[in-house]
Order: sequence, then C-alpha cells, then structure tokens
Amino acid sequence: MTVQTYDAIIVGAGHNGLTTGCYLAKAGLKTLIVEKNDWIGGAAVSRSLHEGWTYSNCSYVCSLLRREIVRDLELPRFGLQVIPYEGGATFTRDNDYFAYMSDHNALEREIARHSPRDVDAYARFSQTVMRQCRFIRPFLLRNAPDPTSLHPRDLGELAFLVKQAHGLGAKELGETIRFWTMSIGDFLDEHFESDLIKAHLAGSGIIGTGLGVYSPGTAYVLLHHYMGDVDGAIGAWGFARGGMGAISRALGLAFEEAGGTIRTGSGLDSFRVRDGKVIGVALENGDTFDAPIVASNMDVKRTFLHHVDPADVPEDFTKAVKRFKIRGSSAKLNIALDRMPEFPAAPEGAPFLRGDLHCSTSLAELERGYDDWKDGRWSAEPYFDMLIPSQIDPTMAPPGKHMMTVFVQYAPYDLKVDGVRSGRNWNDTTRAALANCVYDKMEQAMPDIRQRIVHAEVRTPLDIESEVGLTEGNIFQGELTFDQLLFNRPVPGYSDYSTPIEGLFMVGSSSHPGGGVMAAPGANAAREILRRAGKGRAMPKVAA
Amino acid sequence: MTQRPASTVPIGLIPGPFHDRLDALSHARGWMDWAGYMSPTVLDTAEFEYFAIRNQATLFDISPMHKYRVTGPEAPAMINRVVTRDVRRIGEGRVGYALWCDEEGMLIDDGTLFRISDTEFRLCCQERMFGWLLDAADGFDVAVTDESDTVAGLSLQGPTSFSVLKDAGLDVADMKPFDLREVEPDLWISRTGFTGDLGYELWMPWEAALALWDRLWAAGGHWGLRAIGYDALHIARIEAGFMAAGMDFQPVHAALRLHRGRTPFELGFGRMVDFDKGHFNGRRALLSHRDYGARTHLVKLDIGGFKPAQDALIYHRKRREVGHVTSGVWSPTAKRNIALAELKAPFGDSKTSDLWAEIYVNEEGRWNRRMVPVTVESKPFFINDRARATPPGAF
Repeated sequence: MTVQTYDAIIVGAGHNGLTTGCYLAKAGLKTLIVEKNDWIGGAAVSRSLHEGWTYSNCSYVCSLLRREIVRDLELPRFGLQVIPYEGGATFTRDNDYFAYMSDHNALEREIARHSPRDVDAYARFSQTVMRQCRFIRPFLLRNAPDPTSLHPRDLGELAFLVKQAHGLGAKELGETIRFWTMSIGDFLDEHFESDLIKAHLAGSGIIGTGLGVYSPGTAYVLLHHYMGDVDGAIGAWGFARGGMGAISRALGLAFEEAGGTIRTGSGLDSFRVRDGKVIGVALENGDTFDAPIVASNMDVKRTFLHHVDPADVPEDFTKAVKRFKIRGSSAKLNIALDRMPEFPAAPEGAPFLRGDLHCSTSLAELERGYDDWKDGRWSAEPYFDMLIPSQIDPTMAPPGKHMMTVFVQYAPYDLKVDGVRSGRNWNDTTRAALANCVYDKMEQAMPDIRQRIVHAEVRTPLDIESEVGLTEGNIFQGELTFDQLLFNRPVPGYSDYSTPIEGLFMVGSSSHPGGGVMAAPGANAAREILRRAGKGRAMPKVAA
Repeated sequence: MTQRPASTVPIGLIPGPFHDRLDALSHARGWMDWAGYMSPTVLDTAEFEYFAIRNQATLFDISPMHKYRVTGPEAPAMINRVVTRDVRRIGEGRVGYALWCDEEGMLIDDGTLFRISDTEFRLCCQERMFGWLLDAADGFDVAVTDESDTVAGLSLQGPTSFSVLKDAGLDVADMKPFDLREVEPDLWISRTGFTGDLGYELWMPWEAALALWDRLWAAGGHWGLRAIGYDALHIARIEAGFMAAGMDFQPVHAALRLHRGRTPFELGFGRMVDFDKGHFNGRRALLSHRDYGARTHLVKLDIGGFKPAQDALIYHRKRREVGHVTSGVWSPTAKRNIALAELKAPFGDSKTSDLWAEIYVNEEGRWNRRMVPVTVESKPFFINDRARATPPGAF
C-alpha cells in the first residue's frame, strides 16, 4: 500500500481522461491517471486477440476528434495518423446495392440509378445538414451556455449562442429547431423517395442510441455523426492508422512526455471525500492517492452510483443521475478474415467497399429492429455498420488477410429470456446466437462470410460494460437526446464539468458535448479545472 | 458464384454527345467538369477561339445544360407558379429568359424557357431542377421529364453563323432573336446564345448529335467555323453582360449561408418580376424586398488599368470595402478592362462615384497592389446591330 500526493488525479484512461490529463500536465500540474484495465484507451483501443490481427474492438472510425486538440497536443508527433475512407454501400436482398460514392459525379449517377428525383434532393439534404453542422461546431469546444445562470461567464456563452443564432436567418433558425427535435425518419422522408437511399442515410441517426429511426431527436444524432471532419472535409470519416488505440496511445505518450503518470491494472474503489471536498482516491488494490482535484472519466452513473457515497451529494442530484438515460443498444463483432469476402453485387475492386457497408434496406426494417430491442430482443434483422479497414491500413491484418469491424444494432443490455429481462441472460449461448443472426444478415452482401471467419470477438452490451466500464455499454456515455444535451448534460446545473463535490469533475462523454471520440469533454473540462485552479492562461487559446 | 454484379455507374467525367469530334480537335487537352461531362476549356488557343466568336462562327457543346420538358394542359399555369415573369407573354415558338426563386425570394437559378407549343415548355438551366420542378408540379395536370441526358445542345455563335446554317441547308433567315422552330423533324433551332452576338442554339436527340456536327462542319469551311471551349465563351459572356450561376450569383439551393442568396432586384432583373400575374414562388418575400430595397447590386464595371480584376475587392474612397468583382476579364473587342461586380447597396445604384478596385499583380513572384478607378456601366460592353438584324447578314 502506497500513499502519494498529486495535484490532480484522473480516474479512467479513456481518450477524454487522457486529454484532460495532457492539458493539466502541460499546465504544470503533477497529474496521475489511474485505469482499471491493464491497458489504456477505454473505448478507443486497438487489441490483438488473435495472433496477427489487430481489432479496434470498441470505437472503430474517427471523425469527431477535434482538430484543435490534435494540434494543441501534437498528436501526430506521437504517431497519430487519421486516414479518410471512401464512401460506403447498402446491399439489398436482390443482388443490388446503393453505393455512397466519394466521387461527386458518380454519387449523382448512383442516386439517379435508384431515383432521378433524389439527386437534387440529396444536394439540398446535404446543404441543410452542413448548415446545421456549421452552426453547432463552434459550440463543441466551449462550455454549454446555461440560460438559467446569471454568472457573467454563462451570460457570455449565452451571448455567443444568441450571436451564432442571429447569424442564421428565420428560415435557418426554424430549420435548427426542427433538426434538434425531429426524427431522422421524418427528415429523410421529407427529402427522399428511395427507401434504399433513406435507409443508407438513416444509420447515422441511430448509431449508439436507444431510439428508432422514427423517434424524435434522432435527426440530431445524425448531425452529431456529421459534424466532424477529416482534414476540413466536414462529415468525412477516417481510420486511425493502427486502429483507434492509436489515438489513446498518442494521448498517453503526450501525457507522459508532459510529466504525467499512468497507473494501470487497478480500478477505483471510491472517491475520497471529506467535508464536501474531494481529497483523493482509493483503489481496489488498496492504494490510496491524495489530490485536491479529481476528475472522473467514467460516465455519470458509474461515477455517482458506484463510487460516491450518496450521503455526499444532494438527493436531487442522485435522482437526476439515476434518470440520465444510458441505454445499451448496440453490440460489436470484430472478425479476422482469411481473405477478402466476395461481394457478388459489387464490381471487382469497387472503391466503395473500402467504406461503411450495410444491409438494412428500408426505414421500416430499421424501425422493426428497434421494436425488437424495446421488447428485450436483439433485432431479428439487425442494422450494422461494417468496415474492413485492413483494405487501407496494412497494420491491421497479415498480408492477404483482413480484419472486419461490425457495429451491430439493436442489442439490448437486459436481454429477455423466458420472460425475464436481465443483463445476466448474456452468456456464451446467447452471444453465439446473436453472432449467428448477424452472419445471416451479412450473407445478404457476402454469401461466403461464414467461410471467411478465422476468429471473431462478439461483444454484447454487457461485455462492453464489464470491460470498458460504460454503463449498459452505451457508446456515448449517455443518449444524445435534446433533454440531455448542452446545459442539461449530464445534470442541469452541472454542465460546466463540476459536481456537487468540490474538486471533483466530470471529464467523460456524459458531459457536453457528448460522445463520439471527440475529446471535447476532456479538453473543455481541463479548461474549467485550470480556470478554477487559477491557471486558466495555461490552456491553449485554440481550444479555449 | 453465378450472380453477376449489379449495374455500376462510371466514376469521374463521362463523354458527352459531341465528344468524339471534340476529342479529335482537342490539341490543348484542356477539359473541365460540367455536370459530370468532359467539357473543353480550350481546344487549341482560347484567344483565337474567342476571336472566332466575334469574327467567324463557333461551335460550343451545351449538352451538359440541364433540360426539363414540362408538358400538359396546365403547363403554362405551372411554369407561371415557378418563374417570376409572366410566361403567358412568351408566345408559341418563342424563347424567354426566366428566373425562379424560393419562398424567401432568393434566386434558385436562371435559364431559358422554350415555348415549344401552347402546352409544352422546355426549361434550360445550369442547376439541377428536377426535384424542384416535380414539387412545383404538384396539383397541376402536367408531366415533367428530365431531358438532360437525352437532348443534345449545340451553340453556334458568331457573325457568320447564319451563313453556316444556310450552307448546311438550314434556312432560318426569317427567325428573329428568341424565335424557336423545328426546322427539320427532331431538329429545333432557337436564335439564342450566351455571347451577345449573332447566334443560334440547335437542339436534337442525343444520338443525332454527331451527324449534325458533321453537317455544320462541312458547311463551315469558308465561314471560319471553329470549335471552342469554355474559356473563350467566358470572355464573350462578360462582354455581353450575362451573369453566370455560381459566379455572379449563388444559387440559393447550393448556398450554405442562406443570406448569400440574391433576389432578382439585387441582380438587376426587377423588370422580370411580375407581381400582377397572380401567385408565384417567392412573391410575398419579393414584395417586401421590393419595398425594403436591395441589399446589394450586381453591376457592370469598367476598370482602370489593363489587369483583369477577377475577385478584386471594391472600395469607396479607397478605404471602405463595398463589394467585390464576381467576373472580370480584359475585353479584346471593346479594348476595355471589364467586370461584373456585387456592390453593397446603395453603391452601384445611387452611389457610383469614387469607387476603386484593389488589384494584385504578380510580377515575377512578387505581389504588387494597385488601386484603380472603376466606373459603373449601364450598357453591355459588347453591342452590335448584327446580333439583332433580321434577316441576318452573311457576316
């Protein structure tokens, strides 16, 4: 047992915890990051589970990671390379597909192949989405404006909001309000007539969310997936070379270069609180550390329902935390392939195969998938977002072999078996049955997929929770619905990364602006922590 | 595996209906993307191609324009709902310039409207309009067809263009400007163009394109007929004072910042807005714009000095920035430095004096900044009676 004193301790070495750590260490704070797993990264990890293959076994693609943070922390110097990927496709049951082509002219021709009318509909759809992205992007690296506060800083943020909103005309403002509240299904129905095109575009509105394509609020989820960029190409997605762990690895190296210390292999027992102030942490292995500043990279539920004595916080706060929606809705398959699977519908060497691939062909099918989830089952015909990054990234699989990442939705956390809903119903049998169901659907695009599989890791919501620590395996540390965004995220009155316990901060994606491997909550929280520690000037201006 | 791949679309640029001929004439190998088609920027020398427009006759492939046919008993009513002018005033066999706006009164695009018959129109424009027109057709007894990839268009422009047609066996002597006629089965000719000079546009089925090209080419020898690319046309259209979508105005459907949209008033086309014809898209907004006044003015400028002013900022009294050049070239015919520019109101309208253009000239790697005086012009830079003479002269 050791007792050591630090200026700041961060619990959880996810990408946000690491980001906060980097900024604090660079500001001169003696900073410790503790991590329960033997590796760092949280849900941004690359793991080798089968000899020769590397899996991005949680998050799998990168777009939202704020470029300001990448630049501040010089992540490319620590090996981070983000490479954009091309297009994508949705395969139908009758040996056809809709391909999202990266070439603009080809995309127009491809849309026209399915619906001539939808060609200019697509142009207008993407202009509308881009317009909303432009509006929201400046808010990502700022504290959320709190309209209920009269604090000069909140008034300043509110003034910024009003100024941004004023830059919009009446039409755009109306559009914004609709966008934040409507469903992705309704939004797509307004624009497009082709079911297949709608289904292809709808995925971004539901990924990671316990909502269906016709649930209000899902249009914003789409926006959340579109507001990133790769090298300024807004909406583009890319692969981190070497898998998503490359992001965490670069952050870890940057943190250590700045003088920070990482301790892996022991989880948190509890935050140590005295007289309403945090004084340090106690780990499960008995180690105890002291620090006047402690930040939790865990989600708000895990932080306050598992590691804080309820007596130390107001009961309204605890109630709000309990109400916060963090629902498990997705599973993940990571597959080692002995060679590239056959896509009989696609032309040989089609560039869109290097993008995101899907098999859900209508909004109705997607909504039925959601119905299954509500009832405690995984979708009989699951939606998936499937990529084969080894086509672009040679580091992921041995020569000639491939690695495939399959994000699967919907899969419930509390699976219903024999009328009983419980996370405990996930076991090897149900896990295998889920994988089988996904393979069946994958055969729609790749009839030989089962023969190609050398190894597969099947991760249920329960697996993600127990390994990564995300409550219910929710990838965003909390649903991205309007009732828990901006100043309501995670709890009204605590959107500024503070908590009812003095010195304890929230730096994970449960806080504004939410999940998606943005690192924005981590950077925003660092700015807030440094400001309160009288070191606000140590925060680089770019992200301030 | 017995399944065959589904049909696949080509990536990148594809050849248009005249491509085989253009490709053979393309010595400069300069191609650009026009609606996905390989369109020539220049075939041999832009300068000489330009002079062919003003001295001889030229062929320019306009097939990549978007073309929509609107047919049906209520076609005039439906088109009248879309465009700002009153199409009832465009007679059968006539062509009219038209603009159309969204509900905010912002220009979506401009184009030419061909009245093929009482109940049949063709709208020819730069932007994709199919979805918009289908929406606008709701409730009308009309059919809207996208002819963009089935109707080829060839622009024959220049002082000898009438003679080329005549020698090709196409007699259009009595066609007045903006007349439209089916001169032979499936071959329509309109006396229209984008050069301000004598000229015609010929419309035919996609597969009939090469035969027509060859027919004109065979007749064109003596008349100096030449194929041209976009660069030459660009000079001629600025001389003629015509605005181009995406350059001189931003089509509002393609604008991220909606306030960058422009009303017909702001582009100098207030006369093309008919408030007396009944409801049309954007009417309510345009009424308030008319009363409120234009935010900007698109104007023709004569620019001092000899350096083209593309993208130059315009200043009042050399200090206050009041606008920018949207299209600027040296006019080889007028021997003037000319431009179209967008100025913040009231500049360009009630305030036109003491305006300056800031021009940067690269002198062997070093940028030299010049402030040159500009004059607002009301007339096109190129005006020639031959453009309107009926019957046209031989040259």
